[in-house]
Amino acid sequence: MNLSRFFAAIVRRELQIAFKRWGDLASPLMFFVMVASLFPLALSPQHEMLRNLGPAVLWIAALLATLLSLNALFRGDIEDGSMEQLVLSPYPLALAIFGKTVAHWLLNGLPLVMLAPALAVTYYLPVEGVRALSLTLLIGTPTLSLLGAVGAALTAGVRQSGGLLALLVLPLMLPVLMFGARATDLAGSGEQITGPLYLLSALLLLALSLLPLASAAAIRISLD
Amino acid sequence: MWNWFHKLASPPHFYRLAGIFSPWMLWSSLILIAIGTYGGLVLAPADYQQGEGFRIIYVHVPSSYLSTMIYALMAVTSGIGLIWRIKLAHAVAASAAPIGASFTAVSLLTGMLWGKPMWGTYWEWDPRLTSELILLFIYFGYMSLRASFEDISKADRAGGLLAVVGVVNLPIIHYSVIWWSSLHQGPSIKKLDAPSISGDMLWPLLLLIAASTLFFGALLLYRVRAEVLDREHNSRWVQDLLGEMPGAG
Repeated sequence: MNLSRFFAAIVRRELQIAFKRWGDLASPLMFFVMVASLFPLALSPQHEMLRNLGPAVLWIAALLATLLSLNALFRGDIEDGSMEQLVLSPYPLALAIFGKTVAHWLLNGLPLVMLAPALAVTYYLPVEGVRALSLTLLIGTPTLSLLGAVGAALTAGVRQSGGLLALLVLPLMLPVLMFGARATDLAGSGEQITGPLYLLSALLLLALSLLPLASAAAIRISLD
Repeated sequence: MWNWFHKLASPPHFYRLAGIFSPWMLWSSLILIAIGTYGGLVLAPADYQQGEGFRIIYVHVPSSYLSTMIYALMAVTSGIGLIWRIKLAHAVAASAAPIGASFTAVSLLTGMLWGKPMWGTYWEWDPRLTSELILLFIYFGYMSLRASFEDISKADRAGGLLAVVGVVNLPIIHYSVIWWSSLHQGPSIKKLDAPSISGDMLWPLLLLIAASTLFFGALLLYRVRAEVLDREHNSRWVQDLLGEMPGAG
């Protein structure tokens, strides 16, 4: 089995396991929708204010939903011993971890990207703002998954790791949040957003090249 | 050279050496801090714009500088610990973290106290204040991650990896925050050849930066000594050491 087929097999396995458990798959998405709908209820549904708050609220909701889904990322594999098999296998562990992270993004990040425009409309964002929101989420959420995988791998052996995971990865996720929300905001007021988009892409490339290695190292630490 | 390095990494040797150096470093740093504080609070003239309020920089700047320097030190020692598997390097990183977090907190508090008369508010979402706050969160994350492992060598390696990942991210976070907004006054001591701060104000600041670094070094040595004793409490040399102490056992 060559490396690309190994990678594809990992992704396919993760997807198959996830589709058997619909509930786990849907709860971060429901959380995303709920958090986004809490704000108009807690504030007041004035169009002007919601339009100003929308980019920030939707981005924060997406960030928290990603965080919620990260806790279980490696736990099942470590508990049933399949992670140990991956560590012992002749294939690079970083590639296996990367495959799992890609599957995590397909199952959690991509649905957020597709759901976000519908929520953006309820915040009365203009068309440019909605487009920028989808675009920034599309570039930004993979970085969030990659960063989160490092945190999930570090805390995989820890009981009660939810709060700890948030404390570890939220500071690292801040640049993505700032660029994403700011770009959406700028686009809504009709300005150029190529700058933040380039920065988000740069962050994604950096994350793609380095973080799978860090996650694999963290998994090795958690396992022994 | 390598021989010296290996010898330094041996806990009993380091324990002895640190025990010799730490009192000297502590006392000289305290004397220098006293001189610098006198120079800063009494000899230096009041700033023509900020009045007496500027004097808080004599605490603020050294602690801000140390807050980032200590994180860099943690990342370097963690890297050394991870690559060459030197336990003492991990002990240094673990001991430095609470000191670094304290300096970060002091830097934030003094920044806020300075902000009240200058900006008219305790908290401004200014880039440097914000990235200092994020640095404090990163310190807390490091310490909680370590605390969540019972096995100390696991805590060492997990914490070390986090410190290394964090040090790659710190510049990214820092420059993102700067890009995101800018309100803070420009740096005033970076250009030493033509400083925008007068000499009477500058020398106590530089002296205090050096003295605080020395003070940090002394604290670090005391903490590492305690950490080494704790980690090696079952080993022969610690037993011997405790046996020699009057009143022990």
